[in-house]
Amino acid sequence: MQRARTRWHIAVFLAPAVLVYTAIMIFPLFNTLRLALYSKVDQERIYVGLDNFRTLFFDPFWSEQFWNALGNNFWFFIVHMLVQNPIGVALAAILSHPRLRFAALYRSAIFIPTILSFVIVGFAWKLILSPIWGIAPSMLDFVGLKSLFSPWLGKEEYALTTLALISVWQFVGIPMMLIYAALLSIPEEIIEAGEVDGITGISAFWKIKLPLILPSIGIISILTFVGNFNAFDLIYAAQGALAGPDFSTDILGTFMYRTFFGFQLQLGDPHMGSAIASGMFAIILLGVCIYLFGIQTRMRRYQM
Amino acid sequence: MNKARTNPFNTTAMHGALILYTLIALFPVFVILINSFKTRKAIFREPLALPDAESFSMIGYQTVMKQGDFFLYFQNSMIVTVATLFFVLLFGAMAAFALAEYRFKGNTLMGLYLALGIMIPIRIGTVAILEMMVAGGLVNTLWALILVYTAQGLPLAVFILSEFMRQVSDDLKNAARVDGLSEYAIFFQLVLPLVRPAMATVAVFNMIPIWNDLWFPLILAPAEETKTLTLGSQVFIGQFVTDWNAVLSALSMAILPVLILYVIFSRQLIRGLTSGAVK
Repeated sequence: MQRARTRWHIAVFLAPAVLVYTAIMIFPLFNTLRLALYSKVDQERIYVGLDNFRTLFFDPFWSEQFWNALGNNFWFFIVHMLVQNPIGVALAAILSHPRLRFAALYRSAIFIPTILSFVIVGFAWKLILSPIWGIAPSMLDFVGLKSLFSPWLGKEEYALTTLALISVWQFVGIPMMLIYAALLSIPEEIIEAGEVDGITGISAFWKIKLPLILPSIGIISILTFVGNFNAFDLIYAAQGALAGPDFSTDILGTFMYRTFFGFQLQLGDPHMGSAIASGMFAIILLGVCIYLFGIQTRMRRYQM
Repeated sequence: MNKARTNPFNTTAMHGALILYTLIALFPVFVILINSFKTRKAIFREPLALPDAESFSMIGYQTVMKQGDFFLYFQNSMIVTVATLFFVLLFGAMAAFALAEYRFKGNTLMGLYLALGIMIPIRIGTVAILEMMVAGGLVNTLWALILVYTAQGLPLAVFILSEFMRQVSDDLKNAARVDGLSEYAIFFQLVLPLVRPAMATVAVFNMIPIWNDLWFPLILAPAEETKTLTLGSQVFIGQFVTDWNAVLSALSMAILPVLILYVIFSRQLIRGLTSGAVK
C-alpha cells in the first residue's frame, strides 16, 4: 500500500539540486557545443555546420594559434606529471613515516601555497623573479650561481616552463595529501611481513608501498590532466590575456578567453570561442575515458 | 625494534628534506608579507630584511585603502562564498538523502548524471552561461556567481554526502517513522545533524576554489560594485604595477583572509583530504 502512493518527497528532495545543476551546468555545456556550429553574419546567427572547426584546424591564422596552445598545454601537463607528482609522492612518503615528529606542522605549511589564489601566486612570483627587484639573482649569487639567472618569465624559451613550475609549486600539496592518505591506509601487518623478509626502508617503499598506492597515483594523474587542460588563471594573472612573450605561454584556456572576448584589434567571437571550448571538452573527455576504461580497470587492486 | 626505521641519520635526512621544502613553500609568501611593511627604498635595498624602525612604513596600505575598495571586494567575496556554501550544502544534502535513502526507478542513473560534473569543468560551458546570464539580466550581479558556483559544487557534494548518509543507521530512521515523523522531519532533524562532519568537509573543499576563482568574476561580474577580492586585487595590481608598495600591500591583503580561514579550518580540510572522502 505504502509503495503504491507517489512519493512526492523524493522529487522534492531531488528537485533543487537537479534543477540548478541541469540549468547552469549541463544545459550550457551542450548549448556551447551547439553554438560552435553557428556563426554570426550581419548580426544574424546562422547555421554553418562544421565550418568553425574547419577554420580552427586549417585556416593558417587560427590553426597556428590552436596548435601552439595545444602543444603548450601538453608541455604544461608533462611538467606537472614529471615534477609535481613525484615531489608530492616523495613528501608523502617521508611524512607517512611512523614516529616522525612535527609531521602535522610540515603538512600544514607545505599545503599553504595551494590555498592561495592564482592572482597572488602569479604576481608574487613575478615580483620575485623580476630582475628589477633582484631577489632571485641575489639569492643565486649567494650560492654562486648568479650566471644562471635570466628574466625567465620574459624569455620565450623559458616562460612556459617557469609558469608550469610555479603552478607545480602551488599544487604540490594536493598529490601530497592524497598519497599520504593512501600510504596511511596500508595495514601495518603488510609492512611488518616485508620486514621479516628483509625488505625495509627505501626498498620497502618501492616494492611494497608503491604498488599499493598506484590507484591513487592514477587518480592524481587524471585530476592533474583535467586541471591543466582547463587552466587559465595563473597565465592570465602573470602574463595577461596575450600570454606573452609572443604567445609562448598561450594555453587552451587563455586562447579561448581571447577568442571569446576579443583583444586589441580582434573582435570577440562567441562562436569560435565555443568551437575552442568544444575542443577542450573533447580533450578532457578523451583523457577521462582513457583513465576510466584504459587505466583504472586494468590496474591491479590489492585487497587490504 | 627495527634499526632501519629509527636510524638517526635517516631521521635527520627526512627532517632536512621536509624543512627545505617547507622553506620553498613559504618563502614567497614571507617575502611579500615583510616587504609590504617597508619603505620603497628598503624594499629594493634589502628585500630579505625584516622591517625595522627605520624602514617600517605603511604607505602601501594607505594607497590601497585610498584607491581600491577592498572592503567592498571582501564583502562581495564573503557573500558569494557563504551563499554558495549554503545552497550547495542544503541542495546537495537533500539530493544525497534522496539517493541514499529511497529506492526508486532511475536512482543509479540519477546518481551517475549528477556525478558527471565531478570530472567535467563547468568552464567549458562559459559561452552559453554568459549568454544565459545576459538574457536573464543577471550579469554583474552576485547571483550570477552564486548560481554558477552552486552548480559547480553540487556534484562532489552529492557524491560525498550520499556516501556518508548510507552509513546512518536504518533502525534510527525507522524508529522515527514509527513515531510518526515525516520524511522531511527525518531529514532535517535526524540525518542532517548526524552528517555534520561530512558537511564541514564539503564546505571546506568548496570554499577555497570559490574564493580564489578569477574566471567567472572576470566574465560574469566585472563591474566595480560586484568585484570579488580575487578580481579586485588582480585589477588593482594591474593598474599600480609600478607602485611596489601598493602592489605588495594589496597582495598581502589578499593573502590574509585566506590564511586566516586556513588556520581556522586546516584541521577540517586535512582530515577531509586524508579520510578518503575523495575516492
